[in-house]
Amino acid sequence: MSTTDAAKIRAPKITAPKRPVGTLYRGREGMWSWVLHRITGVAIFFFLLVHILDTALIRVSPEAYDAVIGTYKTPIMGLGEIGLVAAIGLHALNGLRIIAIDFLSIGPRIQRLMFWIVVAVWLLLLAGFIPRQLLHVFGGE
Amino acid sequence: MATSTAIPAPNTRQLKRRRVNWEMWGWLYMRVSGVLLVVLIFGHLLVNLFLGDGVKAIDFAFVAGKLADPFWVVYDMLLLWFALIHGANGMRTIINDYAHGRLRIVFLVALAGATIVLLTLGTLVLTTFDPCIGEPSATLAPLCAAQ
Repeated sequence: MSTTDAAKIRAPKITAPKRPVGTLYRGREGMWSWVLHRITGVAIFFFLLVHILDTALIRVSPEAYDAVIGTYKTPIMGLGEIGLVAAIGLHALNGLRIIAIDFLSIGPRIQRLMFWIVVAVWLLLLAGFIPRQLLHVFGGE
Repeated sequence: MATSTAIPAPNTRQLKRRRVNWEMWGWLYMRVSGVLLVVLIFGHLLVNLFLGDGVKAIDFAFVAGKLADPFWVVYDMLLLWFALIHGANGMRTIINDYAHGRLRIVFLVALAGATIVLLTLGTLVLTTFDPCIGEPSATLAPLCAAQ
């Protein structure tokens, strides 16, 4: 048997798949949800560091705590809190999606659908929170 | 003379000693604490940002009122430990992904240090909170004078 014959026999077995199979994190919803999970996670972590420190002022004096927490009530921080809730909401809902992918047998197959459910629930959450927050921060006393 | 290196057969069992699989427990912790944190943090946001006057209502008296109830002390303690360890473990994953060599070690040490300091600080604040600190407010003054 010549080498050309051997190549002919093997040829059909080494054709590359048309698209990547069995990947969750390459491209599209799977990848972008992963990127967003990381970005929101880091943002929330740094807020948590600051939040533990500002809350610790409750042990220093009422004046110190009230002075620092007062900055959270300014318009800019009021908008920042919307960003914080948006980040936490997305991280929380996508986290539940990751758990569903890992523990449900149908999880990996419906991960793309679940991502859009996450987005829909997230938008509902923000639709409930944002008007109320704007009223709290910008509404008259 | 050539030195020979023993290469074990691919199917040789590598795990002679049964060690704790920390990465697996870390992976599981992220999922278990994640579910708990969804409940804890949404409750925290509901009470502090959504209900009543939202962020405008938060001051020393608001927090002192909450911490007078053991329920909220335990709640905040769970929040502190679950959230900070969840966040620190996530940051560890990210550092391991993007930092290399000595810089990676520097980041990991800084992360561990910040985490331990803040866990200690937060726990001390929650366990030693004193509503009568400083000049007590009008509502608290009689209560604090009685102490």
